[in-house]
Amino acid sequence: MDRAATDERIRGIIEPFNQKGIPVSDATSFQADLEFDSLTVMDFVAAIEDEFDIIISMNQQAEIETWGQLVDAVVKLKG
Amino acid sequence: MGDLFDKFQPIIDMREGLLASGVEDPFNLVMERVISPTVAVCNGRETILLGTYNYMGMTFDPDVIEAGKQALDDFGAGTTGSRVLNGTYAGHKAVEQALCDFYGMDHAMVFSTGYQANLGIISTVAGKGDYIVLDIDSHASIWDGCKMGDAEVVPFKHNDIEAMEKRLKRIPEGAGKLVVLEGVYSMMGDIAPLKEMIAVAKANGAMVLVDEAHSMGFIGPNGRGVAEDQGVLDDVDFVIGTFSKSVGTVGGFCVSNHPKFEILRLVCRPYVFTASLPPSVVATACTSIRKLMHAGNKRAHLWENSRTLHKGLKDAGFTLGTAEPQSAIIAVIMPDLERGAGMWEALLHEGLYVNLARPPATPANMTLLRCSLCAEHSAEQVQTIIGMFTRAGKAVGII
Repeated sequence: MDRAATDERIRGIIEPFNQKGIPVSDATSFQADLEFDSLTVMDFVAAIEDEFDIIISMNQQAEIETWGQLVDAVVKLKG
Repeated sequence: MGDLFDKFQPIIDMREGLLASGVEDPFNLVMERVISPTVAVCNGRETILLGTYNYMGMTFDPDVIEAGKQALDDFGAGTTGSRVLNGTYAGHKAVEQALCDFYGMDHAMVFSTGYQANLGIISTVAGKGDYIVLDIDSHASIWDGCKMGDAEVVPFKHNDIEAMEKRLKRIPEGAGKLVVLEGVYSMMGDIAPLKEMIAVAKANGAMVLVDEAHSMGFIGPNGRGVAEDQGVLDDVDFVIGTFSKSVGTVGGFCVSNHPKFEILRLVCRPYVFTASLPPSVVATACTSIRKLMHAGNKRAHLWENSRTLHKGLKDAGFTLGTAEPQSAIIAVIMPDLERGAGMWEALLHEGLYVNLARPPATPANMTLLRCSLCAEHSAEQVQTIIGMFTRAGKAVGII
């Protein structure tokens, strides 16, 4: 699955979590820009895991700060 | 130019804001005198204790105290050494035997605190390339154990069997798996569906660790905890527990039937690189554990207390953490931190101590007043407590 298609699918998932409708680009930070707290992160990660049938462990989550890094990680995990 | 403490500024501000409202500091209470397991003098006031983990009231048990005094006389104040060097006395072996007898298991390993038991076992058993699958509402000591080890850490939604199963099934083939659960979750006082969860864990080839810190002594036919109560204790690979709750002193442990369990004594760093418990502590723990094996009447009274308080608070109009009482913890949900702190203070002025719990220790950013009952609370005390809650709740405008 290519990067653009993965990006598109995750955009469908983030919508309900991005309540202020903040525009999302590769550089968007989940913490600083989207103001995700730990509970939101958990629900959002669980939704992505279920959509793609993957595991994003806490160890991997620690390396993901921005939207672009998330898309790259999912592409890599999907193989 | 700031310094390393800048990162604490939000919590410093929150604390200052709270205290500026004139409320008594909920995190700076001093007990000047302890009269019994259920009564102490706090900040100059005689106070009913409803926020300790002294579930079975063993702290003032005469046999327990006598055992501690004798050990002080016979073995001195401390061991000044690691369990694997000069820190294993007869008392340490005796308390480990008491734990084997209490749980009906082959092996027991005693740590200096319950925190260290989780830290040590989890970080040691699950190594690089292994996966830990754990409930998102797990205690800090479990999370810290995960952080200290090298395994991949995969949380799932609280008590969600399906979410746990999905994650187990996604783990790469051949990887080692450890599922970490708790019997009683201490913030809301709810229990886990261990029977179903352990069955799923085993079907997926995982080892299972259950923290039974808040159930020992009074849940299950022999007080062995929620896993015993649900008939699945034999499927648990590691039970983690503590001496600082029902047992009434301090210390932690892991019991197991794993044939190679004893090797952990040499490879588990939080066990090796710290001083062992003082002789008086292991002597009091040993005596207390053996008495807890025959504490059926106390157990029954504790459950009565839990049911009475739960019903009384619910009838008074409070919102509680569980629809039915599931443990000796009853969580009263507060609308926000300010009113929670106000209610906490109003209760203290009534002469009642409960725990004020706030984020990040609580699930879903809730503010809770956590009530934990004791088998030594009399039926009259429980009625007094319900009256205090009702008056304070009305004064603060929560009910």
